Amino acid sequence: MTKPILIANDKGFAQSAVKQLGLYAVCTIMGLAVLMYLLSLAAGNTGGGSGISGINVDDNSITITLGQEPPQLDSGRATDAASSSVLAHAMEGLITYDQNNQLVPGVAERWEIREDGATFWIRDDAFWNDSRPVTAHDFVFAWERVVDPITASEYAFILYPIKNAEKINQGELPKETLGVHALSDQILEVEFEQPTPYFDKLVAFFTYYPIREDFFGSTNGRYGADADMLLYNGPYMVTEWVHGSSMLWEKNPYYWSEEKGFLDKIIVSYITTDVNTKINLFKDGQIADTSLVAPMLPQAMEQRWQIDRVMDGTVFFLEFNHREERITSNLNFRKAMSLAQDPNELVYKVLKEAAYLPAQSLFPVWVQGVSEQFRKEYPPREHKIDVLKAREYLELARQELGLDEFPPIVFLTGDTPISLLASEYYQQLYLENLGLEIRIDAQIFKQRLAKMTSGEFDVVMAGWAPDYFDALTFGDLFASWNLNNRGRYSNEEMDKMIRIAQSELDPLIRMDAMGAIQSIIEEDVVLIPMYERGVSFVVDPRLKGLIRRIVGADVDYNYAYIDVSED
Amino acid sequence: MWLYTFKRLLQGVVTVWFIATATFIAMHNVPGDPLLNDRAMTPEIRANVEAKYGLDQPLATQYFIYLRNLAQGDFGISFTQENRQVNDIIREHFPVSAILGVLAVVFAAAGGVLWGALTAIYRNRLPDYIIMFFVILGISVPSFVVAALSQVSLVNLNSLFGTTVLPVAGWGTIFHMLVPAMVLGLGTMAYLTRLMRSSMLEIISSDFIRTAKSKGVPPARIFTKHQLRNAILPVVTVLGPAIAAITTGGFVVEIVFAVPGLGRFFVEAVQQLDYTVIMGTTVFYGAFLVFMVIVVDVLYGFIDPRMSMK
Repeated sequence: MTKPILIANDKGFAQSAVKQLGLYAVCTIMGLAVLMYLLSLAAGNTGGGSGISGINVDDNSITITLGQEPPQLDSGRATDAASSSVLAHAMEGLITYDQNNQLVPGVAERWEIREDGATFWIRDDAFWNDSRPVTAHDFVFAWERVVDPITASEYAFILYPIKNAEKINQGELPKETLGVHALSDQILEVEFEQPTPYFDKLVAFFTYYPIREDFFGSTNGRYGADADMLLYNGPYMVTEWVHGSSMLWEKNPYYWSEEKGFLDKIIVSYITTDVNTKINLFKDGQIADTSLVAPMLPQAMEQRWQIDRVMDGTVFFLEFNHREERITSNLNFRKAMSLAQDPNELVYKVLKEAAYLPAQSLFPVWVQGVSEQFRKEYPPREHKIDVLKAREYLELARQELGLDEFPPIVFLTGDTPISLLASEYYQQLYLENLGLEIRIDAQIFKQRLAKMTSGEFDVVMAGWAPDYFDALTFGDLFASWNLNNRGRYSNEEMDKMIRIAQSELDPLIRMDAMGAIQSIIEEDVVLIPMYERGVSFVVDPRLKGLIRRIVGADVDYNYAYIDVSED
Repeated sequence: MWLYTFKRLLQGVVTVWFIATATFIAMHNVPGDPLLNDRAMTPEIRANVEAKYGLDQPLATQYFIYLRNLAQGDFGISFTQENRQVNDIIREHFPVSAILGVLAVVFAAAGGVLWGALTAIYRNRLPDYIIMFFVILGISVPSFVVAALSQVSLVNLNSLFGTTVLPVAGWGTIFHMLVPAMVLGLGTMAYLTRLMRSSMLEIISSDFIRTAKSKGVPPARIFTKHQLRNAILPVVTVLGPAIAAITTGGFVVEIVFAVPGLGRFFVEAVQQLDYTVIMGTTVFYGAFLVFMVIVVDVLYGFIDPRMSMK
């Protein structure tokens, strides 16, 4: 009789096998070390290169993050926040913003805005980083290029106040007919299509930045695609750009102003959208500042960080679909939906983002009126939740529409955590208060826009970020001709007021029109204000002068400097 | 053998063509298009942009233009990064993903074989239980959790030492790739451990091992030549697809550790409906996967002589 030998239980064999395995493990680890060394040599060519630390006092440099790779740095065609942020450090327009968001001279040392046009006097100490002066011709070239149909600039519309701009953009006139002329190297003359009292605020926008013709020609269509494919006239210049990975901004020695550009280097070392990664990097002292979202606040407080808050300028609202075939085109129905909700509850009990404000109007709290806050001069109507009255309106609407029962309301929204949270809140709220069934249609960015444009919704959770520091950036949103009026709201009185707001030179009459726009929106319940977005953020205490902005570059490091004097 | 390789390559080309066509059709059936943006474009501006990208052509024409360019290896220009060729995006960012991926696969394979063999030797004893516990964990915990947790641990580690021992995120040096590669390879390592364990156990109790033992072959030789070499075969089989999967599936790890790899572009392109980048990355990844499978099939013939007989 032979007994089967269980090899696995054979002690001597197991020991020998483990010894053998250990030997292989040691070899593997050594092999791995060699492999990693070789790979790191290879990786050296693929970019990266991180900063030494968030604040580097010896080098007078800081390390920061960008949320996204700038698609391009061509000011004439850029559309997004990342590009705008880099451009605001590397370029400068005729007029720019100071620390307190007030307009201050940029490349233009003074200017004059008249009914029929404007004149800008360009300073003689503004230079490109190749030491040649910035001239009026650089603006003429840049602006003609933006409206040229061949450029296909998405932001060309922001130049439409300039004479013939729209016609050129539509291919009806040659680009040379644009109402902008260089009277000399120093004097830039602009003709308006119609009076444009807010033109000074427009020229601060990046689409109005200068481009020098001879340099543009030398880039062979790759203008703004790489660090050396751009000419800089701002406080910093981009000297290295490893796509998707890192950037290096260095102080521009030819920049004219003493009040900007105190740092020798800004290292953009990490490009990532992940807020958790950023907070970890900040904790580790690798970056100079970061934004926080609500779930991180307790952790940040535990670290005893100084948490700052600021409005980012964007207003969010429920936009109704005013197309005739939709239930939401009924005024009483909209009134019912408005009365049954309370933005305070949404912000304080549901979203719980410390930096958010309940919205009261389409015009956010920071908008300026004639001489002080727009909100003080034209206070929005006070909103109170009134469920009983809301039900009355709903009943009225039901009769007017001749319905037995309301079909589900299609509620179009984005796929971000905040939009989902808010839409689920509304779903529950309207079911409880009005017995309305809400069908949430959550879509990713482009699909949501596609559905908004084609009108496949009853209510859409929409937001609007300002382009320039004037009430009109919100005020003209519901003009019947505005393509961003995706609910197709149309009202003659509204259109009339918007025309006044666009072209009236007297600030009082102009703001009165703005106030009237606000009243029409309230009367007609064009939308339901939700919240004004803000950000909580932390900055390394050694870094001073960092600015968060409503329009333009956010975060703005132009005025930032390192100060280690106080503890 | 050559005929076999040629046949497999031909099949691969057809597969890639199929992937390209399916992606093209699916992509154009998704509502929306790459030109939609926060600020609505006037019809005139839109027409200008459409003409620039050839989107004003009928879909069938676009498809044939696309195929023609594809045959020449040209994927076109990105919609969101207007000054960049899709070829450039792939050329600049795929090496990053590949480096991370190779390291992760090496981690996974080495770890999988070692742990698998160890658990088989110690079957149903304490080391086996401990390792298998971690294996189950590694298989079931998704990579975004592991990535985030390991990053937090790095922060704590660094603050414990008061200096940067290992960087929290970023790319460029040997230290930057260590943790991301381990996180990326973890799932595969766990899977390979299980595979190795079962294949090892099967070998251990087979007849030829007993024969070898009874013949008096030294235990070290039995272990290496007879057990490991035979048990490793199934691991090698899945290694090809695993390399492709790891190299292409690092999106989460790339985002968390701020690694400038291609995975990020792959996912963001879909969200942004960046047609050319979607097509470019999908076809590239598809071709890569197909190629790896073919390579493994061919290599298998060398490792296992029985294969080439067929």
